[in-house]
Amino acid sequence: MSVLIIADLQEGHLKKSNAEIISYGNEIARISGTSAGVLVLGNCSDNLSTLGAYGASQVYQVADANLQAVNPSVYVSVIAAVIEQIGADVIVFSNNPSSKSVAPGLSARLGAGLVSGAIGVPDLSNGFSVRKTVFSGKAFAEVSINTAKKIITLNPNSVSIPFVAKETVVTNLSISVPASTRKVTAVNKIEGEVPLTEADIVISGGRGLKGPENWGVLLDLAKVLKAGTACSRPVGDAHWRPHHEHVGQTGVQIAPNLYIALGISGAIQHLAGVNRSKVIVVINKDPEAPFFKAADYGIVGDLFEVVPQLTAAIQQLHAEG
Amino acid sequence: MKILVCISKTPDTTSRIAFTENNTRFDEAGVQWIINPYDEWYALVRAIELKEKDPATTIHLVSVGGADCEPIIRKALALGGDEAFRIDIVSDDSYTVARQIAALCDREKYDIVFTGKEAIDSNNASLGGMIAEIYPAEYVSLATQFTLTPEGCSVTREVEGGEETISCALPAVISCQKGMAEQRIPNMRGIMGARTKPLHVVAAEAVTPLTTITRYELPAAKAGVKLVSADNVAELVRLLHEEAKVI
Repeated sequence: MSVLIIADLQEGHLKKSNAEIISYGNEIARISGTSAGVLVLGNCSDNLSTLGAYGASQVYQVADANLQAVNPSVYVSVIAAVIEQIGADVIVFSNNPSSKSVAPGLSARLGAGLVSGAIGVPDLSNGFSVRKTVFSGKAFAEVSINTAKKIITLNPNSVSIPFVAKETVVTNLSISVPASTRKVTAVNKIEGEVPLTEADIVISGGRGLKGPENWGVLLDLAKVLKAGTACSRPVGDAHWRPHHEHVGQTGVQIAPNLYIALGISGAIQHLAGVNRSKVIVVINKDPEAPFFKAADYGIVGDLFEVVPQLTAAIQQLHAEG
Repeated sequence: MKILVCISKTPDTTSRIAFTENNTRFDEAGVQWIINPYDEWYALVRAIELKEKDPATTIHLVSVGGADCEPIIRKALALGGDEAFRIDIVSDDSYTVARQIAALCDREKYDIVFTGKEAIDSNNASLGGMIAEIYPAEYVSLATQFTLTPEGCSVTREVEGGEETISCALPAVISCQKGMAEQRIPNMRGIMGARTKPLHVVAAEAVTPLTTITRYELPAAKAGVKLVSADNVAELVRLLHEEAKVI
């Protein structure tokens, strides 16, 4: 049962999420007594042998310029052709907007059971069972894949498996890429910000900040922590902050190492977007705010007084090295 | 233009999540059922807007499930839509559900299939992509804007760190999220009209599920919040640095 890890690329660069999915794919290979390979689709400006640092020994590449944009039907055809050529039984993706476009179609094409949003290493003790989040993070499900071929999209920041660096062999595969009339006509990236789903630390603000003009305290804290910035739904709806910062059940769902909530009461819909964070800190002047029940650390106090002190204390910590 | 909107029955977002039968089934006791918010607020309302612009548009709704789906189908018909299908099978396997909807697409030849970006209970986000592969049709996931063009459609979708706009031919399956449309509330005329709109119950195709949910589990309770005095912010920094090791 060999494992194929689909490398995560953005604009032709390898993303840091590759470390997690490669170590995850290697772990599946280890427990099932087989080998794992990494598939890079499209041209990559980074040296592919750097994937060896995460434990990738065999890297395959289909270096075709028509694969720079993720076109679902083209990607499905190319990955299916690669699997036919090199053989693979377990296909691993990082769960993100690209894999959400491709993995379901690949599942239907191959008749391969898909677990999307996996958070653990498969349990092989009784078939092949993978743990995933359901009910927007309020529960987990064990999903058994009943088919010979299996597809897993792994939620970022879910597993921490140590990786051992290996020598990497890169093999170019010759696969014909089907033509498509589909085109990307515009790309609008938010410059100079840490993308929320990739941020290790996220600072989020709610109505407790009282207005968009007060966001400076939050942004200062985000700057010293190199953190991504987010907001609650009422803040997004009131256009105090851009919509893409809205985290929660109907917004972005995140799982950073540290989530700091400022002036957010913690409605159940908000928690659904952030409850996979490793550590949650809540700063709110209302001691009855429900968010404190879901938090690891909390300060009951006026955020306009507390947050600047917090920023200063972290600066001091950094200065002390 | 012929549009299909896929709607799913999900527990209300404030529902207590619990399980029965040795943690193998969701406990439905006291649960309020709603239309999956992404299906209702974004997929269905965008379809209704397209029909308002071009009254020659036909909107069909489909839900895959048992007779207990019918109240949410009627609610969706009260918002808009011309007729509805309920495909009579209960399954937690996305592929089984996608096969049923793709069979309907094959029969009715839809130009556009709208789904929500994911169901808030299963969190699979895979139905649309599977329908597109089987139908077959173009697939655009996580759409925040949708317009018809002479060539087909132009769709803006979420990508990591921003958005991209795609032009593609029809038929297309579009998974919808925030930005596509604004939530609406059904009016009395819609509610009355929905009672007489056709709701066809269709027998399901036999499909072997690719996956099975074998067990559910609730997360372990949090150890409890550690409160730090507002006069001692440095202590919070120390805890985050030395105890939690996250900064």
